[in-house]
This record gives sequence, structure tokens and C-alpha cells, in this order.
Amino acid sequence: MIRLKDVELVYENGTKAIQGITLTIEDGEFVFLVGPSGSGKSTIVKLLTGEILPTFGRVMINGFSIMNIKDRQIPLMRRTLGVVYQDFRLIEKKTVYDNLSFVMRAVGASPREIKERIPRVLHLLDLDDKAQCRPPELSGGEQQRAAIARALVNNPSTVIADEPTGNLDPDRSVELMRLLVKINQMGTTVVVVTHARELVNRFGKRVVTLDEGLVTHDAVGRYVGGRRYG
Amino acid sequence: MWGGAAMGKHDFSYFFQEGLKNMASHRLMSFTAISMTVGCLLIMGTFTLVAVNTALNLSALANSNEIVAYVDEAWTPEQARALEKQLLKVPNVTAARYISKEEALQAYTEQNPEEELFQDLDPGIFRDRYALTIENLEQIAYTVGQVERVPGVVKVNYYEEMASGIVTVRNVAAIVSAALIGVLFVVSTFIISNTIRLTTYDRREEIAIMKIVGATNGFIRWPFVYEGFLMGVVAAGIAFLLQWGLYAAVTDAIAGNDAQRLFSILPFSRIWAPVLGSFFGAGMAVGIGGSLTAIRRFLEV
Repeated sequence: MIRLKDVELVYENGTKAIQGITLTIEDGEFVFLVGPSGSGKSTIVKLLTGEILPTFGRVMINGFSIMNIKDRQIPLMRRTLGVVYQDFRLIEKKTVYDNLSFVMRAVGASPREIKERIPRVLHLLDLDDKAQCRPPELSGGEQQRAAIARALVNNPSTVIADEPTGNLDPDRSVELMRLLVKINQMGTTVVVVTHARELVNRFGKRVVTLDEGLVTHDAVGRYVGGRRYG
Repeated sequence: MWGGAAMGKHDFSYFFQEGLKNMASHRLMSFTAISMTVGCLLIMGTFTLVAVNTALNLSALANSNEIVAYVDEAWTPEQARALEKQLLKVPNVTAARYISKEEALQAYTEQNPEEELFQDLDPGIFRDRYALTIENLEQIAYTVGQVERVPGVVKVNYYEEMASGIVTVRNVAAIVSAALIGVLFVVSTFIISNTIRLTTYDRREEIAIMKIVGATNGFIRWPFVYEGFLMGVVAAGIAFLLQWGLYAAVTDAIAGNDAQRLFSILPFSRIWAPVLGSFFGAGMAVGIGGSLTAIRRFLEV
């Protein structure tokens, strides 16, 4: 479960990125986090991954309180998350298989676990025949699926996708979103940060709208737009 | 989610392989760092060996720099011999060799065999005496004062300027060597640290991904530590072999020269173990220290 309570975040230059957000995402939910540029979406992703701390308020992620978390607990908290970025962030000199084995190794999986798990995840994402390809040899959609495979390979309870369709054409974007819905149906909490209005409306999931660091709308169904949205 | 296996277990073979891969993937930088470290270790080693041999020769010189304590002429040979115990009680005196009048005369005539005038001298013109060996040259003046107070000793001869000269040379050599070794150690650490920092910078994206998926700082750090360790060990091995060759060449050159009479050199067979140990110790410390310094900044994510 993800819980933000009265969270405020002021950057060192005085910018108020978050101005008192309270938000709960239950286990197994699928949530779109939408809003215009500068609304605080990326800041929330950074808060959820423990890259930054709030100035005020409480952030709970899968049983870890970010305000009280000890340095040695941060890796444990991050193992509950799988993060997908707009620019994929795959290691270009490694094959798809090595990109996945690398992150499994990083959290202490054994060679046997790696050998068993990676083919299953690649199959789920329809990347079976791309295992030995390097990212530059893949299309944008394949690279994003490889990035999702990497996010899933450590079996996280929550997947956070930050603008995952930003570099994809509309068809690939729909495919990708269907894939995230499928992952959600398998029991994983999914949080998708996006600008894509059409895509959000198409899936009829919970939509949390942010504007100027505040939650302006939170409901299941279609997006209810803010003045600068789009 | 996978368990906490990575939190405590040290996967030696994985870290070692990663360290080796890091080294291999940045061959030129690794070669540069190893070469510079070899150079620094070689200079450090050469200076240390020069310092060790100098200290050895100075100690030999110091031991030959005896104090001569003359015994009162009125004392019988038996009384003079009995003085040995009293002299050995003086602090800093490690040995007291009795030389009778007759032995002193004999040594004197042997030193001047061409002077006929000295050949028929009466031993009575000499005094019984003791050749005293002292432990710490720096306290020679104080020790001489103490020896002069021993009843039966009428005069003490010693070469004050030579003693203080030896002490000064020894101290200066030790300070210069220590300072140089310290500077070169810091330089080597800096070079390895910079090399690893460059490789770390090159891999900052990988490190960021590892952090975001939940790798511990230890897991991220260890391959770099092994890389530094390997570079240090390789540099130490090469430096040791070069040092060995250099030492042998210098020893051979001195052996075929008149300088051998003035300066004796320890054979390498007697010092190879401490040299090897020091090189590997310094190489590993420089390598590991350098990598830890380099990686620190990149772990603050």
C-alpha cells in the first residue's frame, strides 16, 4: 500500500513542488497519475522511490515509512518497487537477458533463480526471441517492454511507470498499457504517470489529477481536466 | 520479490569477475593506473632499500666507533680486569673489551710497522684500557660522562664529531625516506582513485539502476573494490620483479667495484620476503583506498 499524508515538498531554491497531498493507493490497484508539466508528478515518483524526502508530512510505501527509514532499509523498500522510465534506462552494452540478470543479481538472486525467472518474464512480455539482443537493436516498443520486464523481474509488489508511453506511437502505447493492466490483474499494484489523455480515458481506471502540487481530482473513470492539462 | 540474500552474503566469485571485467573494459585506464603505481612502488621500494642499506652501514660504522676508557696506571692488571663489571653497569654500554698494555703496544707497532723507532718500545708507556661499545650513539656524550665517573678510569677518548655526524646522517635519511614514501603513497592512491572514478563515472547509469532496484551500497561497491585490489596486486607483482632486477644489477655493479669495501649491501635473498610483503601491502592499500575514495560520491543516490 502507498500512503501520502499531508505531504509537502519545497526544493532548496524555494519552489513548492508539492503543497499538501494526501493520497492512498491500496494493494492491487491500478492508478493513473496525471497532470500538466510542473504539477508534481515526477516529484511524487521520486518520493515513492526514496530519491528525495518530503519537507513535511508522511509517506508510507509497502510498509516502510520514508520519514523514519534507515539507510540500510532503503534497498529493501526499493525491492518492493519496479520502476519504468520514459527513456527506458536500459544498459546499452548488455543484452536484454543481461539487463534482467544484472538487476536480479543486484538483489541477491541465485544463478538458478535467474535462469528460471528470466525466460518466464520475457515470455510474459513477448520478448522470448529478443533475449540476446542489445537495446539499440530493438524498436521503441520492444525497449519499453524490456524495461517493464526489468521492473517485473524481481517480482515487486508495486510497479511505477513514469511516462512509459512518452517515446511510443499510439498503437504501441495502447499495447503497453494493456500489458500493464495484465500485470495489474496478476496482483501487482500499478501506478502510471502520464500525459496521455486518450489513453487514460480508454482504460476507465482510477485517475488522480495533480495541479500545482495539489490533488485536484481523484475518481475512477475518465479524466476530469485541469485548465492546463494536455 | 527476492529475499535478503544480498544483504549479508559476500558473493566473492561474482564481485571478483565483475572487478576483472571492469579492469578489462577500461584497459587503457587500467594500464595507466597500474604503470603509475608500479613507478611509485618502485621509487618507494628503491628509497626504502637505500635507506635500509644505509642504516645497516651506519650501524656497522657506529659499532666500530668505540669509546676507549683508560685505566689508572697505579692499578694492577687484576684490578684493571675487575673494572669490566663496573663498566658494563653503565647505561648504554653493551660491551667492554679489555686491552692490556702489552696488547695495546702490539696493536700500535702493527699499525706502524715501518717506524723502527716504535718497534722496541716499553709496554709501560701504555695504559691498560677498555674498548667500549655503546648502543645509542645519540647519548654518547652522557655515556662518556658516566664512564669517566667509574673509579679507576682516568681518561676517555671518543670521536664526538663522527658520532654526531653518523646520527645526523641516519636521522636525515630516515626522515627523507619516510616523507618520500608518504608522498608517493598518496600520489599512487590518488592515481588509482582517479582511474576508478573515471570508470565509475562511465558506469553511473548502471549504478543508478542498481540503486533503484534495491542493490545495497556494499553490492555496488565491492566490484570497484576488487578492481582496485586487482590493480594494486598486479602493480605490486610487476614492481617487485622490477625491483629485484634493479637491486641485482646495482649489487653486481657494486660487487665489481672498489666501493664494495666502503659500502656493504644486503643480498636480495635476505630481504625479498619483506620487500614482497611491503609491495603487496602497499599495492592493496593503494588500490582499495583509491577505489573506496572514488566510489563514495556515486553512492549518494
